[in-house]
Amino acid sequence: MTYITKPRLHHPTLPINKIGFTRRDYEGKISTLCAGCGHDSISAALIQACWELDIEPHRVAKLSGIGCSSKTPDYFLGSSHGFNTVHGRMPSVLTGANLANRDLIYLGISGDGDSASIGLGQFAHVMRRGVNMTYILENNGVYGLTKGQFSATADAGSKSKRGIANTEAPVDTVSLALLLGATFVARSFSGDKKQLVPLIKAALAHQGAAFIDVVSPCVAFNNHSGSTKSYDYVREHNDAVNRLDFIASREPITVDYEAGEVASVQQHDGSVLRLRKIDPGYDATDRIAAMHYIQQHQAKGEVVTGLLFVDPETEDLHAHLNTAQTPFNRLGPKELCPGRAALDKLNASLR
Amino acid sequence: MKPIEAVNDFVVKFANVNGSGSASANELFAKSILRMGVPISPRNIFPSNIQGLPTWYEVRVSEHGWLGRRGGVDLMVAMNPQTWDRDLKEIDPGGYLFYDNSKPLPKSKLRDDITVIGMPLTEMCNANYTDSREKQLFKNIIYLGALSALLGIDAGEIAQLIGEQYKGKEKLLKPNLNALQMGRDYARANLQCPIGLRIEKRDAVGNRIFIEGNSALALGCVYGGATVCAWYPITPSSSVAEAFTKWCQKYRVDPATGRNNFAIVQGEDELASVGIVVGAGWNGARAFTATSGPGISLMMEFIGLAYFAEIPITIVDVQRGGPSTGMPTRTQQADVLACAYASHGDTKHVLLFPEDPKECFEHAAIALDLADRLQTPVFVMTDLDIGMNQRLCAPLEWDDQRAYDRGKVMTHDELEAGKDFGRYLDVDGDGIPYRTLPGTHPTKGGYFTRGTTKDRYARYSEEGAVYVDNVQRLLKKFETAKSLVPKPVLTPSKVPARFGAIYFGSTSPAMQEALEALAAQGIHVNALRVLAFPFQDEIFDFVASHSKVFVVEQNRDAQLKTLLVNDAGINPASLIPVLHYDGTPITARFITDEIAEIVAALNVRPIKKDIKKDKAA
Ligand SMILES: Cc1ncc(C[n+]2csc(CCOP(=O)(O)OP(=O)(O)O)c2C)c(N)n1
Ligand code: SF4
Ligand SMILES: [Mg+2]
Repeated sequence: MTYITKPRLHHPTLPINKIGFTRRDYEGKISTLCAGCGHDSISAALIQACWELDIEPHRVAKLSGIGCSSKTPDYFLGSSHGFNTVHGRMPSVLTGANLANRDLIYLGISGDGDSASIGLGQFAHVMRRGVNMTYILENNGVYGLTKGQFSATADAGSKSKRGIANTEAPVDTVSLALLLGATFVARSFSGDKKQLVPLIKAALAHQGAAFIDVVSPCVAFNNHSGSTKSYDYVREHNDAVNRLDFIASREPITVDYEAGEVASVQQHDGSVLRLRKIDPGYDATDRIAAMHYIQQHQAKGEVVTGLLFVDPETEDLHAHLNTAQTPFNRLGPKELCPGRAALDKLNASLR
Repeated sequence: MKPIEAVNDFVVKFANVNGSGSASANELFAKSILRMGVPISPRNIFPSNIQGLPTWYEVRVSEHGWLGRRGGVDLMVAMNPQTWDRDLKEIDPGGYLFYDNSKPLPKSKLRDDITVIGMPLTEMCNANYTDSREKQLFKNIIYLGALSALLGIDAGEIAQLIGEQYKGKEKLLKPNLNALQMGRDYARANLQCPIGLRIEKRDAVGNRIFIEGNSALALGCVYGGATVCAWYPITPSSSVAEAFTKWCQKYRVDPATGRNNFAIVQGEDELASVGIVVGAGWNGARAFTATSGPGISLMMEFIGLAYFAEIPITIVDVQRGGPSTGMPTRTQQADVLACAYASHGDTKHVLLFPEDPKECFEHAAIALDLADRLQTPVFVMTDLDIGMNQRLCAPLEWDDQRAYDRGKVMTHDELEAGKDFGRYLDVDGDGIPYRTLPGTHPTKGGYFTRGTTKDRYARYSEEGAVYVDNVQRLLKKFETAKSLVPKPVLTPSKVPARFGAIYFGSTSPAMQEALEALAAQGIHVNALRVLAFPFQDEIFDFVASHSKVFVVEQNRDAQLKTLLVNDAGINPASLIPVLHYDGTPITARFITDEIAEIVAALNVRPIKKDIKKDKAA
């Protein structure tokens, strides 16, 4: 697939945000993912969130690993710098980029293979370090790009497209992130724009390690019965902490309903989805309770979504390292080089 | 056997137990000789262990200034019963043994072709100290006192050094001075002082400084403007990051705000460390990592990314014995090929080969410049011998007029003015494209960085012609690197020579000494020290102008020679490998013997006449 230019037609009636940009200004190249891929919906949510937040697109640095999910930074925020790094190692590259210039917004995009298999170590350590970033894991339970092998988030018992059952226990990235000290932890669903956009906005505003695991069905390899990451499975098992909006199939289905309401959605395969809006009593500032809540529902086979934990008073890696306010990439010899006189003095002490 | 007589030219070896406090006493010994104006080169020979295993400290005293390892031992200070037999065996005939004779040893345990000097160290400590830690620590200082008397070292210099060491800690100063005196007094009263080995005051050190390569290298990173250091502990490179931390705390804390103009991250592994460096380099900060062989192996994938996506990174490889965990505390130059061609696919990387701490300092700063200029990984290839030993070297220098070469970074204003930006576009014909830093301009200059193939405007493309265009440009860029890396240094023979020798890095002092020894045998050799890869034309011309060229290196497989043959099409028949790879630093004796033997086998008669002329001149 080669590069396709998207026509940048600005319709005069397109709404603009506070800094004068239309939503189109937040788009990127045309996606090369499969039609209906959950990842594209997440890109759309990111575009919406950045537009609504009035973020200057070029002040965002997008970093990703390798996978279908990791390709997506090319498909949004076209005028930002993006970096498609190596498989499973986006967190370290993002950490370094963040250290070099603390003034940008760092967005990390990864897949479940990328973060929970090959990159589990880096995933864990970037959370521990408290890097100021928004880390989005587009979780489909498979390796999309290499054609449907299980990833480490595939539930035990789920079957691959070739009918092979997974016997290994799944990695729950949300629980892990909580355990490892992430200061913003959420889970959502790619088709649930109403839930996802505000979550992304909150994550972008958070000044620490913000993690969102977004269940994002792969239409090619796991949207079939037997896969616990498929639309059908999630329909039955979602227990939304905040609210839920749902993509059922190739075309995103949007739902609009108020807090406390129950919405029934007719899916493309004819099944009906009942979306229940939150648990109003949920306290998102209690890390231990959040872990408990997730485990409790997991035991019942339910996937909870919503903002699970946020630490409103967070410190990031720069604070831990007591780094200067001026971005490192703007410092020169004046700030960095001790100069000849200091060297002469040092030489004298080494005799 | 006549005892060895030597003034300012001998080797003292200390055999100790790791973690017994001997290291600081031994360093005092070495430094006191330096203060007397006599050059020394000490070497730590230590195990991969924290406490309890044998460790040695070898001090070569050389008024002539030879800093390479000599080989052989004239005086053994045998403080470790575990290694007694081998330590005893290592002493040259006519040499000296100094040992603790608190427990009498049978004559069979000693040698009669050496001078045996016993001193009841343990007994003295037991009589003078009650605390077991004191007994151990002061034992070291007591033998230091005795040695000063035996070798004629000025005790005032040692006292002065102890004073500097314990400045502000007066409580420790006094007992140390007492212990020193105790050892001296005992030796003078009970032993024959001095022995045949003696230190005499000279003025042969000059203004040289005494520093470890790793420490100097870290300082070079400070001077060179590195702000991000990410690392994972591994011998023998850990002390680079540790020294960087120390120097940064000294020089890089903003006095006005108290904030750090540096960030040091101990990564979870070498993948993360180099990943952090890649991210920082991509985003315009100068960044480096320091590691050794096993770490290099882990970094391979990222090195390829940095090469292909063209991101400035600096990697310090303090080489140790490989392969695998190999000889973690021994030295080698065995990562040359692994680094030159690091990562899969067609790759080549810039390597720098510092010879001593001074060049470690300089090459670190040069590497940071080169990485930015060439937008590629640059390796500083040092080794354990330079890195973890204090070495005498010229004072470090810095020109305050020197600016950092940040390479081709397109600015906001240039973009605004409509300058064409193609991330992989060769506008200047040197293969080096322009880059932009994230966040530079609202609508222009943004691009997507990837390790996948792309066109001149950073657009993904797997078209064959586009790929070839890009990788050919990378070759051109590598060609440009030749004109930017440090040039080789020639040591011409005093008379016309048909033999050449190529060497690099820590082999340098031993090579210089070997050249003189060979010349004394009538074997004249022009020597070229290689400082960098890619190789410049001077190196090929050098090879072409000699019938045979020895390539002296510290690895089994003649890696530099392979690189010379492979990358420049040099006829392998003209290159003769001289290889030392047992993990100890190469010696002049080894080089001399090897070359002399090969020359003899080649049936070349030494040019004796010329030597005489030389001497007369
Ligand atoms: C070191 C390495 N090993 C293997 C691969 C091949 N590979 C590419 S993408 C991928 C899996 C991606 O899965 P995931 O992160 O879940 O992304 P998805 O495609 O499902 O969005 C693999 C194994 C690679 N690129 N690099
Ligand atoms: S294979 Fe799956 S994850 Fe990849 S683009 Fe297609 S639907 Fe998306
Ligand atoms: Mg996946």
